[in-house]
Amino acid sequence: MNFWTPVDYIIKLINPFLNPIFNMFDLKKIKTNRPAPAATNSFAQEAERKAEESWYFALSDTWVLIMRSLKHIFKNPDQLLAASVQPVMFMVLFGYVFGGAINTGSINYINFLVAGILVQMAAFGATTTSLSVATDLKRGIIDRFKSLPMLSSAVMTGHVVADLVRNLMSSFILIIVAFIMGFRPVASFTDWLLIIGILLLFTLALSWVSAIMGLLARSVEAVQWFGFFLVFPLTFASGAFVPTESMPYILRVFAQNQPVTHVIEAIRALMIGTPMGNHAWLSIVWCIGIIIVAVPVASYLFRNKSTQ
Amino acid sequence: MTDAIVIKNLTKSFKNQKVLEGINLVVPQGKMLALLGPNGAGKTTTIRILSTLLNADGGQALVGGFDVAREPKRVRSIIGLTGQYAAVDEYLNGRENLEMMGALYHLGKSKIKPRAQELLEQFDLVEAASKPVKTYSGGMRRRLDLALSLISTPPIIFLDEPTTGLDPRSRILMWDIIKKLMEQGVTILLTTQYLEEADKLADRIAVLDKGKIIAEGTPTELKSRVGSERIEITIDHKSDFKKAVSLIQGSGLRQNPEERSIGISTDGSVKEIKRVLDILDGAGIEIDAMSVHTPTLDDVFLHFTGKETNNITQ
Repeated sequence: MNFWTPVDYIIKLINPFLNPIFNMFDLKKIKTNRPAPAATNSFAQEAERKAEESWYFALSDTWVLIMRSLKHIFKNPDQLLAASVQPVMFMVLFGYVFGGAINTGSINYINFLVAGILVQMAAFGATTTSLSVATDLKRGIIDRFKSLPMLSSAVMTGHVVADLVRNLMSSFILIIVAFIMGFRPVASFTDWLLIIGILLLFTLALSWVSAIMGLLARSVEAVQWFGFFLVFPLTFASGAFVPTESMPYILRVFAQNQPVTHVIEAIRALMIGTPMGNHAWLSIVWCIGIIIVAVPVASYLFRNKSTQ
Repeated sequence: MTDAIVIKNLTKSFKNQKVLEGINLVVPQGKMLALLGPNGAGKTTTIRILSTLLNADGGQALVGGFDVAREPKRVRSIIGLTGQYAAVDEYLNGRENLEMMGALYHLGKSKIKPRAQELLEQFDLVEAASKPVKTYSGGMRRRLDLALSLISTPPIIFLDEPTTGLDPRSRILMWDIIKKLMEQGVTILLTTQYLEEADKLADRIAVLDKGKIIAEGTPTELKSRVGSERIEITIDHKSDFKKAVSLIQGSGLRQNPEERSIGISTDGSVKEIKRVLDILDGAGIEIDAMSVHTPTLDDVFLHFTGKETNNITQ
């Protein structure tokens, strides 16, 4: 009986429940008794030194792969273009093409539009993960990572974090363009922080779904359909560009209750002071719910990819 | 001496297709075994199982004494893997690729930079070190790929067709690098479709066909088992080729219409050579070139399988 006995007891008790989860994330198993080294030949020492599993290495692997994905943003012209030119095009095209024709009542259309475009752009930005994961699989980089004594699923975390950073960059550019076009928000500093928070949470959720799509896709080309089948309907059948009241009944019921609309309406309410209603907490619940499901599914698929 | 790689009765199927049908192999520490076979023989599957990327259906595989199924992390920490396709990061430059891999192998921070520099020099990549990999040639990619798998100086290395698709110059450069690794006492399992490659580099060769090992031994042993001398004849005119093949006949006949060459096993006697030449001469078929040589591993393959190394595309 010593100081740690209660801790050991609790760990023993919850161990059977925790291990499947830790396995899923490929992290260190909680072990109450450390096993003796299995081999005593000349390779054993080498293996002991490098294969040491720990949270430190899990974090350092994740960090290394985040830096890798971040470098991709600036070294891959496609990604840099998507992050910088796309927001300008979206804002200018939607603002001036639809601006005169859509009736948003007493609200100025540019003011109405910014929240919608911001979220649509974030949604498309989040699909980059699926493309990156599919490309890594195809090129064999994921096989290489899996043959290393590392937390290989961190490759997905890297791409997801890159989505967050890229979306922050393009959101910033979009807001500046919007200001030039006459956007006049009423948001306070705290409101802006909340807007950024919701936008990042939304990106995070969609990026993990995106990682699943990247793992399931049979080819890099097939991944493109992910944007087409999921992001297009979700962002257009929403309150992004037009008030949902103008839609036919069935579409309106869908548009008014799907998560993307909640995210858009929550951000819009914070930006220009439209009624908040339940949008804020519903969008947060949706995003967290999606993350809770998507992360373990992505990790499971990643582990079992080509190891049958 | 310890055995670095031990494979016992390894089996693997994909859906209903048997890929490995009970393979047994041993690679002693510091030696190189070449796994020789055509596409679809099961070479890559074997490498993927040994490098913990794939689970076997049955049998056992020990790498460095560790069971690949039970202790994959320990296995991963002592191996280097170079796959069939250069698995390098396109957007990073050569040095960044090496340093990233060093960090993921958990080398100490102070060790990573000098080791990366050392490998860049060793693999003739210093000039290209700060250029993005997507601007690299095929040979440079392969070299970088091999360098990446060596960053942690692993004692056991898997090379899966390291020279497939390379031009002759790059191939020779790759061979030199592999020879240097062997001098350093690294254990290597190499797969190849090139018989010349296995002959030149490996201590032992295992011939793999349709998931079974059909022959194993040193290059000299395998060649002596085939036993006889071979005559290689190149026909002058393409139009005469079919006729020549039908006239000559003979054991272990091998033909290559594109190169207009015919090979047959003989006892190497002058009488036998004269017989063949007389047949062709009598039919008015002109000969471009003729040679008599000891069997190549191509001939070995033909001998053990009774068929050509007809590569089926994967």
